[in-house]
Amino acid sequence: MTTFLALSLTGLVVGCIYALTACGLVVTYTTSGVFNFAHGAIGMVAAFTYWQLSVAWGWPAPLAFLTVLLVLAPLLGAVVERVLVRPLYGAPIGVTLVATLGLLVTLLGVGFLAWPPDTTRVLPKFFEGHTITVFSLVIDYNQLLVIVTSIAVAVGLRVFFSGTRLGIAMRAVVDDPELAALAGTKPERVSQLSWALGAGLAALAGVLLAPLQTLNVTDLTLLVINGYAAAMAGRLRNLPATVAGALVIGISSSLVLGYAGPQVVNYVRPAIPMILLFVAVLFLKQERLRAGSLAGLRMPRTAGLRQSVGVGLGFVVVAGLVSGQLSPASLAIGGQGMVLAFIMLSLVLLSGYGGQVSLCQLTFAGLGAYAMGKSGGGALGLLAAIALPAAAGALVALTVVRLRGLFLALATLAFAQAMDQIFFNHALGYGGTLEIPRPRLPLVDTGDDRAYFVLLAVVFALGAIGLLTLRRRAFGRRLIALNDSPAASATMGVSPVMTRLLVFTLASAVAGLGGALLGGLHGSVSPNDFLLLNSCVLLLLATLGGLYTPTGAFLAAMSYAFFPELQKLVPELGQVQFLLTGLGVLALGRNRYGIGGQIADAGERLRSLRVHQVDRVEVARAAG
Amino acid sequence: MTTPAHDALELIGLRAGYGSIEVLHGVSLRVPPATVVALLGPNGAGKSTLLKVASGTITPKDGCLHVGGVHVNGADAAALARAGICRIPEGRGIFPNLTVAENLRMWTGVGDLKPAEVAERTYGRFPRLGERRKQVAGTLSGGEQQMLAMSRALLVDPAVLLLDEISMGLAPLIVAELYELVGSLAQQGIAILLVEQFAQTALAVADHAVILSHGRVTRTGTPAEVEEHLSAAYLGGAA
Repeated sequence: MTTFLALSLTGLVVGCIYALTACGLVVTYTTSGVFNFAHGAIGMVAAFTYWQLSVAWGWPAPLAFLTVLLVLAPLLGAVVERVLVRPLYGAPIGVTLVATLGLLVTLLGVGFLAWPPDTTRVLPKFFEGHTITVFSLVIDYNQLLVIVTSIAVAVGLRVFFSGTRLGIAMRAVVDDPELAALAGTKPERVSQLSWALGAGLAALAGVLLAPLQTLNVTDLTLLVINGYAAAMAGRLRNLPATVAGALVIGISSSLVLGYAGPQVVNYVRPAIPMILLFVAVLFLKQERLRAGSLAGLRMPRTAGLRQSVGVGLGFVVVAGLVSGQLSPASLAIGGQGMVLAFIMLSLVLLSGYGGQVSLCQLTFAGLGAYAMGKSGGGALGLLAAIALPAAAGALVALTVVRLRGLFLALATLAFAQAMDQIFFNHALGYGGTLEIPRPRLPLVDTGDDRAYFVLLAVVFALGAIGLLTLRRRAFGRRLIALNDSPAASATMGVSPVMTRLLVFTLASAVAGLGGALLGGLHGSVSPNDFLLLNSCVLLLLATLGGLYTPTGAFLAAMSYAFFPELQKLVPELGQVQFLLTGLGVLALGRNRYGIGGQIADAGERLRSLRVHQVDRVEVARAAG
Repeated sequence: MTTPAHDALELIGLRAGYGSIEVLHGVSLRVPPATVVALLGPNGAGKSTLLKVASGTITPKDGCLHVGGVHVNGADAAALARAGICRIPEGRGIFPNLTVAENLRMWTGVGDLKPAEVAERTYGRFPRLGERRKQVAGTLSGGEQQMLAMSRALLVDPAVLLLDEISMGLAPLIVAELYELVGSLAQQGIAILLVEQFAQTALAVADHAVILSHGRVTRTGTPAEVEEHLSAAYLGGAA
């Protein structure tokens, strides 16, 4: 009984922190309409800042605590609202999603840069050494502080949002900012305050959580995912349900840890929040079909068949020529870029054309690599590397296909994280590796690195040509139409469910094949190759490059692959990769078509310029 | 009460639009206190745009916007709301996810009314809203939603009331009730500029009427004078 109580208490404390996180998420979402993926990252930065002030610089703990919570965190939230969120007002959900993911990655970069992971940092617990005993149960003051704070915050938020005019105004601004302005409330000001409040809550959760474990940038950032699950339990609106969900997650995780065997603990416990998140998303109501809205942006021109085949051929020839000049190390890196570009093609199809945000493309790549490795390679292996991810993709799609935008992203995120924890860790051996053979071809020795590099270039070119062909045909038009206006598409007899199912499956198959080829390139894969965070970075880079063009995918993947090389030349870059990626997205994220789109547009302008010149010449002639 | 020296709302040569598209090409208009002016005209004439400019939602590009004789070009909607402009937007001017009581709380952003006064003024005039004060506003009937929207005019006691098609999609009985309220608000001294599809309904309560066509004022006068030219304006003859 004492064990049970002690475990429940530990779980309750963790659950309270989840509840704080989740409440912060809900507050930001209900008051600005933006789901802040960077919520955990803000908490992380706050926890480290608190460490910096109180431990490294020796400030008194209460002073550091209040400075972080009441000054720095709200300031960060307000700045984020002004710089990032406000320009995105009215933007499609996919764009805001990528923007806050970009913020997450930026803050990760800041975290790595400011507090390099090579030293261990520990925060002392609050009121270290003080305990009280209630019925043989020892409760320390730190736990008590967490519980009391959480209750106070939950009650405070409830009163604030339904009882005060500012709280009501925060909710009203999401409903109709224009009307709020007509009623004498400045919507921007209110929105900024709500982001400041959300950041403050994130910081509170981060600072309270940090003393319970060693400070780790990634862990603190991703622990918020447990908060996502709780927030979904309240459908991102209902605060009491959110708190209840958080407590259930905290206590059940703690009990499983205490009572179940190590097998279950290792596989299931880390996945509990994910499973709950997935279930919560599944029980969401069907959304009404959305009618179209004005995009206001022209899509980049789609290359014709002749042009794409020509460029593809040229690409392969150049790759062949260049490969002769590359060192073995550069060949491996270039090959990795090539495969990643191929995997990104699946994102072009799914997110660019289909408008569905997926955070689990590398999970499918991992499944492809796994199938290839376990089946021993060969044609059969390749087939398995396509079929297994496709089947998994179809299965995931079946459950989530009716979701759109944010909820789809959350479901894929849950899937990716759960697969990380349960499947890859186990199937690919904890920190170990799985050997992946290269596919064998007649006439070509794929064991040769240069030949394999050229093969990858061919595969990418074929993939790009196939993708563009798909885009030009009926299926591509259907995808674009469905993304533009599901309601209009449905009235014309396009089945939203079937189309999305198909595109999701196809994208999973592409990613799977890419994963198998990636494994073949290095000869093996490890669980670390397919982490959720990498999937996020992949999506961000693809967005940066341009989600609508294979060119964009190629540029993004190559820059990703070659970045570590750049780092060798300029060691100071160190941990800047995350920071640069995030900042790039924040800067370019407003252009939906990215760098690739810019290039396509520039080409188009050049062409029309030429046409105009011809016109002018002819006019001149006629006049002369 | 002394008679104010200035018009409650005055537009002089006002130009405005959306982005590079100009909708109003130099509109001049005056609304004195305690007067109902009906703004009529075909679809796309710029009526709603004019109301948006007058309430600060759109900033004018050229010309003058005067409220109570004060030049207010460039003031934003929240500032103009505090200066006594109250626009009830087209459709339903309510927050659908807030309860009736919370909506009323939002209306009191201008001025400082006590909750008891708010309840007395609103629920006294619209008892139906009182019965539903805890209900989420989005689930009210169309007529009740419009009453809730109109209750803002009751509560804030504005200098100028801008009404954009308050009859849209409502039963005739409710429209009659709403216009009765409009009449009584004008008697309290409020200057009212109303846009209405049903010209007869609007002209019945108006002291003065203006026809707007292709972003220009094409005719002004008493309701009777303007009525003669209505069909020509609507059917395109007067352009």
